[in-house]
Amino acid sequence: MSATPPAGTASLKLARSNRQSPARKRADRFGDRALLLICGAAALLALVVIVLIAKEVVEGAQPAISKFGLGFLTHSEWAPPLEKFGGKGVILGTLITSAMALFIGAPVAISIGIFLALLAPPSVRNVISPLVEMLAAIPSVILGFWGVLILGPVLVSTIEPFLHNTLGFIPLFGAPQTTGNSVFNAGLILTIMVIPIIASVTRDLFMAVPSELQDGAAALGSTRWEVIRGVVLPSTLSGITAACLLGLGRALGEAIAVAQVIGGATESHLSLFKTGGTMASLIALQFNSAVSALHTASLYYLAAILLVIGITSNLLASWVGHRFGAAGGETR
Amino acid sequence: MRLFRRKPGEEFDPTQPLVATGNLGRRHAVSRVAQSLAVAAAIGAVVVLVIVIWAVVSHGIKAINWTFVTSGYPTGVGPYLVGTGEIVAIATLMAMPIGVLIALFLSEYAGRRWTRPVQLILDVMNGLPSIIVAVFIYILIVAPTQKQTGIAAAVALAIIEVPLIARGTQEVLNLVPSHQREAADALGVARWRGILTIILPAALGGIVTATLLSVARAAGETAPVLLIDSLAKGDSVQFNPFGQIPNVPVRIFQLSEEANPEGFTEAWGLSLILIVIILALGLSSRFLLNRSKRKLTR
Repeated sequence: MSATPPAGTASLKLARSNRQSPARKRADRFGDRALLLICGAAALLALVVIVLIAKEVVEGAQPAISKFGLGFLTHSEWAPPLEKFGGKGVILGTLITSAMALFIGAPVAISIGIFLALLAPPSVRNVISPLVEMLAAIPSVILGFWGVLILGPVLVSTIEPFLHNTLGFIPLFGAPQTTGNSVFNAGLILTIMVIPIIASVTRDLFMAVPSELQDGAAALGSTRWEVIRGVVLPSTLSGITAACLLGLGRALGEAIAVAQVIGGATESHLSLFKTGGTMASLIALQFNSAVSALHTASLYYLAAILLVIGITSNLLASWVGHRFGAAGGETR
Repeated sequence: MRLFRRKPGEEFDPTQPLVATGNLGRRHAVSRVAQSLAVAAAIGAVVVLVIVIWAVVSHGIKAINWTFVTSGYPTGVGPYLVGTGEIVAIATLMAMPIGVLIALFLSEYAGRRWTRPVQLILDVMNGLPSIIVAVFIYILIVAPTQKQTGIAAAVALAIIEVPLIARGTQEVLNLVPSHQREAADALGVARWRGILTIILPAALGGIVTATLLSVARAAGETAPVLLIDSLAKGDSVQFNPFGQIPNVPVRIFQLSEEANPEGFTEAWGLSLILIVIILALGLSSRFLLNRSKRKLTR
């Protein structure tokens, strides 16, 4: 503190030059107002963009909404040349892939969070943490491309037949197909995308748990795992939920990687090993080749559904994080 | 959690010595299993990263040579690289001032009342699927003019970048010690002069970091460019932002959809270049952030 920070000298210089002349005062009053106005306008602009997005997308979907109504959600035939559009297949596909990503990804990601925050020595943490964040930085188009060329063939040749033979009595694990593009592949790619998001949020949550609480439990004779299960996890439950919702939002809305690996089918089925589609990926695949105005409007309808789900999951995440986040602290 | 043995119906007697239950070994075993699972999860994530990066590097390195980087379609990818650079640069020029101003609003003006709603808007904006932003810009700009343009794609990318820049900048602005603000106030420096000459310069490192991270994110975003700027041929470098601009993500996407081995090689090469750029941006931003944080919290 003994050295004068450079910013301090700057303000001193400013103050010396400040003779408080009336012109100067006027300029300052104007400057203050202008800066507040510009900053406020920028914040307002963000709100305007959100509102405008909602308005434009819903308006664009209007022809499809008035033609199909809510029946769009339960009807599964998607046949652009026949002007028939039903979203059930891709809605189901979206739910299945996202659920798969979250069911596999969340436990793994939370474990990574536990490892990084509570188990790893700092030297290990400082290496692994950036690596996990690096996983999040890989562009989805590259991950999808990798899914098509590397992951797909492996799945078809070994993993899918194995799962079908052992768990084939469950409808999810139907007969494998010849192509590596499948709902299963898409679910795995989404898992890879979701893990770093949840892991880095939960890591920060766990690091913020007061060490007195943990030490207290340890002093009562708890093992490492009992401290985690009895103190760390319960006190951060809301934050963990918020992190999972963020991951879910990402999985639901991912268009490109899924479009590459899922195969672009639209019929509704439960088998993981067949080709399928999700709302976001169908938009990405068919938007540029839409055959009619109604086709485009139906894609906008899907976008509108996606928008509602996306905003809801984000608001929910923020609400859960703040409402129940007393001990958990920040959610981001 | 019951740690010590007590017979049913027996009252707790504090004078009795504490005797550990016989299942101590089991509890330790459970703990050890749980810990090794956590370690395994972390190793698994790193292994996946290594597998993906290795695939991109080992395949991509075969494609890359001087002609590949400098010439245009069909022998090289130069125009795509330049095009992505242009689109991202335009997007960042639009997004950076807006993001920084929003961050300033949050840290300097918002107060208790406005912080929550504005942050919520940023969160929602950050969580919007990029395909939605792409559809929005298509309806707003491309559909009325009936023309795909690089500038429209840049606007979409800017919408994606703004919340990232605002968040990152705000975090660093909050680190600027409050005594610097108070010192400026005490010396009679007007608020806006204080913000522009003291607080912003102190947070400059953080602003640059946030911007670099958002550039890394925007460079790999595919959905907006796919819907808004996907028709350029890529045989020559395009400089007119009001026309179509060839770009990297769309090219990789299109090549991955075609079953053409030569195309795959080109896509691996492009992926390698893109990943190297993105990781370099990420690493340099991390370095910068650590440096500027050290400076601020000194």
